[in-house]
Amino acid sequence: MSTPETPHPLDESAIDHAVQQAVDAFAAARDLDELKAARLAHTGDKAPLVLANRAIGSLEKTEKAAAGKLLGGARGTMQKALAARTEVLEVEHAERILVEETVDVTAAHRRRPLGARHPLSVLQERVSDVFIAMGWEIAEGPEVESEWFNFDALNIAPDHPSREMQDTFFVEPPEAHLVLRTHTSPVQIRSLLSRELPVYVLCPGKTFRTDELDATHTPVFHQFEGLAVDKGLTMADLKGTLEHFARQMFGPDAAIRLRPSYFPFTEPSAELDVWHAQAKGGPRWVEWGGCGMMNPAVLRAAGVDPEEYTGFAFGMGIERTLMFRNGVPDMRDMIEGDIRFSQHFGMEV
Amino acid sequence: MRIPLSWIREYTRFPASGTAEDLMAELVKVGLEEEDVHRPTDELSGPIVVGEVLEKIPEPQSNGKTINWCQVRVVPEGAAQTLTHEGIDPSGVQGVVCGAHNFEVGDKVVVTLPGAVLPGDFRIAARKTYGHVSAGMIASVRELGIGEDHDGILVLSTLGLDPEPGTDAMELLGLYDSAAEINVTPDRGYAFSLRGIAREYSHATGSPFIDPAAQISTGKINTDDDDAAARPGHEVTLTDHTPIYGVDGCSRFVTHKVTGINPEAPTPPWMASRLRLAGMRSISIAVDVSNYVMLELGQPNHCYDAAKLDAGIEVRRAAPGEKLTTLDEKVRTLNAEDLVITDQSGPIGIAGVMGGARTEVDATTSTVIVEAAHFDPISISRSKRRHKLPSEASKRFERGVDPLLPPLAAQRVVDLLVQLAGGTDTREVTDAGAPVLPQPIRLDPALPERLTGVPYTREQISSTLGAIGAELRQEGEHLLVTPPSWRPDLTIPAALVEEIARLVGYDQIPSRLPVPPAGRGLTTSQQRRRGVYAGMAAAGFTEVLSYPFYSEAANTRFGQAEETGKPMPMLRLANPIASQHPALRTTVLPGLLEALRRNVSRGFTDVALFEAGAVFHPKSQLGSAAIPDLGVYPGEEVLAELDAGIPDQPLHIAAALSGAEAAELPGVPGRRRDWADAVDAAQKVADLLRVQLEVVQGQHQAFHPGRTAEIRFNGERVGHAGELHPKVIEELDLPARTSVMELDLSALINGSPAQISAEPISTFPPTTQDVSLIVAHALPAAELEATLTEGAGELLENIELFDVYSGEHIEAGHKSLAFALRFRAEDRTLTAEEASEARAGAVALAQQRHSAVQR
Repeated sequence: MSTPETPHPLDESAIDHAVQQAVDAFAAARDLDELKAARLAHTGDKAPLVLANRAIGSLEKTEKAAAGKLLGGARGTMQKALAARTEVLEVEHAERILVEETVDVTAAHRRRPLGARHPLSVLQERVSDVFIAMGWEIAEGPEVESEWFNFDALNIAPDHPSREMQDTFFVEPPEAHLVLRTHTSPVQIRSLLSRELPVYVLCPGKTFRTDELDATHTPVFHQFEGLAVDKGLTMADLKGTLEHFARQMFGPDAAIRLRPSYFPFTEPSAELDVWHAQAKGGPRWVEWGGCGMMNPAVLRAAGVDPEEYTGFAFGMGIERTLMFRNGVPDMRDMIEGDIRFSQHFGMEV
Repeated sequence: MRIPLSWIREYTRFPASGTAEDLMAELVKVGLEEEDVHRPTDELSGPIVVGEVLEKIPEPQSNGKTINWCQVRVVPEGAAQTLTHEGIDPSGVQGVVCGAHNFEVGDKVVVTLPGAVLPGDFRIAARKTYGHVSAGMIASVRELGIGEDHDGILVLSTLGLDPEPGTDAMELLGLYDSAAEINVTPDRGYAFSLRGIAREYSHATGSPFIDPAAQISTGKINTDDDDAAARPGHEVTLTDHTPIYGVDGCSRFVTHKVTGINPEAPTPPWMASRLRLAGMRSISIAVDVSNYVMLELGQPNHCYDAAKLDAGIEVRRAAPGEKLTTLDEKVRTLNAEDLVITDQSGPIGIAGVMGGARTEVDATTSTVIVEAAHFDPISISRSKRRHKLPSEASKRFERGVDPLLPPLAAQRVVDLLVQLAGGTDTREVTDAGAPVLPQPIRLDPALPERLTGVPYTREQISSTLGAIGAELRQEGEHLLVTPPSWRPDLTIPAALVEEIARLVGYDQIPSRLPVPPAGRGLTTSQQRRRGVYAGMAAAGFTEVLSYPFYSEAANTRFGQAEETGKPMPMLRLANPIASQHPALRTTVLPGLLEALRRNVSRGFTDVALFEAGAVFHPKSQLGSAAIPDLGVYPGEEVLAELDAGIPDQPLHIAAALSGAEAAELPGVPGRRRDWADAVDAAQKVADLLRVQLEVVQGQHQAFHPGRTAEIRFNGERVGHAGELHPKVIEELDLPARTSVMELDLSALINGSPAQISAEPISTFPPTTQDVSLIVAHALPAAELEATLTEGAGELLENIELFDVYSGEHIEAGHKSLAFALRFRAEDRTLTAEEASEARAGAVALAQQRHSAVQR
């Protein structure tokens, strides 16, 4: 850049020329760096107008005011142009950076993937929540249990064929009379013994029977059993409770059906079917569990007077529920621990 | 129980057009659950007709076999063929190639004509074979799906049949019949009979019911006619010196003698067909009749060859060590509790379970002693279990048989042997013992509604109980109900209510939602557990539910006792599923690692798993020898004794990690997981419960000796975290550096705060200062951190280890640990001097306690 001549502070056209040169230079700047160079050239120490301004001091007193006004105006025009150009270029700069920072958002991948709950656990919690909402409570008990709690208290006599229906794991030595509980019913007895009447409890948990693992059997499985003991309870209350529960699990169209059956701990007893509207292959009745009115012998064993109180109980398998509710074809998927099985469900079921 | 439809039609008005499905749909209403359908025509269709062999020309073949080229007439003599399927000869005579030789010209045989289909989708058509067009097949019982015998074709004269050619052989052999199979609950022994099922069908539908037992006439026994009068029967003694629960093993024992039977008389096709549909093979006339009567009435019975009986029969408990060869040719050593049938030479049967081989009827038998008895269900059940001999007889006896049946059933067997095997009823009958009948039950007429919510009328109550065969008597306000002889299961009023409810219909029960007292929601422990599990899943761990069965080796490897270092005592199972897993777990790790290994073998190497579950520790008092009685409140003392024997079953939580975290960027492998991730997993559990853990250098034989953290809570060890020992990793085939943690979750939950109080949040700015200290290499970082925290005083808000360094510029045997200290005051902005002073306090204490030197 050639160094222009310093204009005379009173030479209006020269000053205008210098201003015009500066304004043009600012406008020509294509980015903030070029603008900075233009700014230094036209407003820096050696810029013509700065030098002209410095020359005012050597003017006659009478001329100083006019020159000052002239140069002040020139500086103002220049600053305005500079500011305007700066703003434009800054906006452009910011925009360019954003464009340059563009990424392929489809290349984003999972940094810390969620793990998953086991769907059996989640289903167990969902079932519990349905009953909690009705005012029931969740009761628990030991998995290694005394034979008395698992059988005798439930009116299952030592030689009764029903004791064989449930192939039991016995703990050594046999004289200790300890078993892996074959159902969660012992928790019902424990609840009656430890709680104030009336009792409304749901007992979910792990249960054990000596079945070999295959597509529909597993030696370790989960159940939930419900127990209500109160004054004036009838099978109508059992039916109402199961109906409400079925709708929570299978939708508003779900219905239930009771069929006469036999269990040592209930009398009358029933099998429970649920109308599964979303069943694979079309709506149908599905066997869901067993239920009935508490056998008076069971109430007596738990210290409850059957003349004063009645009660009902029901029980279902969680594995079986998951199988037909969520279309799990093979029991083995639930116990093998393959992460794909649980992760498919995530935190839901 | 399988119910041939033709059979139930004899006792009910089950419609001729009704199917097995129709029958099951009715029976399910009264509680007999559907199981299956057995229908030969699902696999078999005609034309299958009777043929008469007109010509049989043996033709030796080059392969050494001889075939018979036969002409078989398949229409009545002189009649025309009306069937038109391709390959059916209009003449009514079919040319058929037959490989069997057990027939002659003139024999009547079963011919499957072209167009017929046999079991296994075997389609019959005229086809060229051995130089002839064979237009059909002469069938064996096996080909027809009605027997196992395939030595030759079925010659109808062996069944005592001589039908006209062209007769529909499927009709003749009962192949249009079918059976419904239903599930019988253990209380309803009577439903293991056509008699019982027919009665239930009449309950379900209102159809009239003809009781087959009522059709049997034993009237001849009590008559003045000398010829017909009962004569003394076979000598029978009932002895029981050790009755179980005070109940005699045998309450009634009937024998009835029939002479002159033809043991080789054919079983008529209708009987063979019904037995087959009921799931039993036809064996010989005597055995078939015995089984038929058992199915018909529900009374198991037995035929002895009288010639093989050595004098009188005694029913008694077995002598210890006594032996018996049962009908299945197995020698069984008897137990002193087994009830046995004996003659002078020893046992001839295990009562109600299985007969003996020595007195079995065979092809030479002429005189038969028929036994029909009543045995104690418990005694039978125990013998069955002891000898692993579930039989048709034991199935019925252990569920309870009608005690009035024995003389009727014995008579029925004799009648059928007279009718079908040419025998003679000797009327030599013994009826030892006496029937034990159900006791009357007092029924409060308000109870049915009290239990079901249905306001049954008096009429409904008495008519339903009457329908099941009970006798009713009014006794004041109550009904005195005597259950029928075939219902020993009816012992309490509630059982009668079930009868009323099921006969009126469970669908009549209304629906009402009970209102419990206000609930308290989940317990604190239940809430905490949910929080921990959800938190672990959100932190990237996938939940696993493994089996608690455990091997000796797993316990040796993982079950380290705190004090001794020896494997922990385990609870053992008396009957484990797999002998290599005989015990219950003392740690969750083996199952969890098995799941990890399975995932790795399926191609997933970057895995983070967790499991929460009970572990089992025996106590010095294990269980209790005495078990209280059925149906009686045992009292607090006994209950406390039972509870004292329940093993400790704390809830553990464990995590296992292998491989890398998810990749940082595409193509950039993620950080490898290591011991610190395991410690972090333990800390996550603690954070989720708002409890503080103490991490110290630890030892555990399954862990890397230098990378094991012992986790303490309130001064007690609650678990370990770290890297597995390389040897264990190799043995279990796990990825390198697999790291695990396990904590006693019960202990942490019990120690977690019941409620959390807020802490004031200072709005004044913090001051951060770093400190870098050189200390002995052996000094754990956690210990130095604790010292610095103590020395820095109250102004210290947070301390974070951010660098660990040893090497150049650091004296051998030492390391440099760098911490960032964040200071903040509650009430003012700290000055730099105040912060420096606090920092100096921390350094000073570290110098004093650990000879730490500032770097």
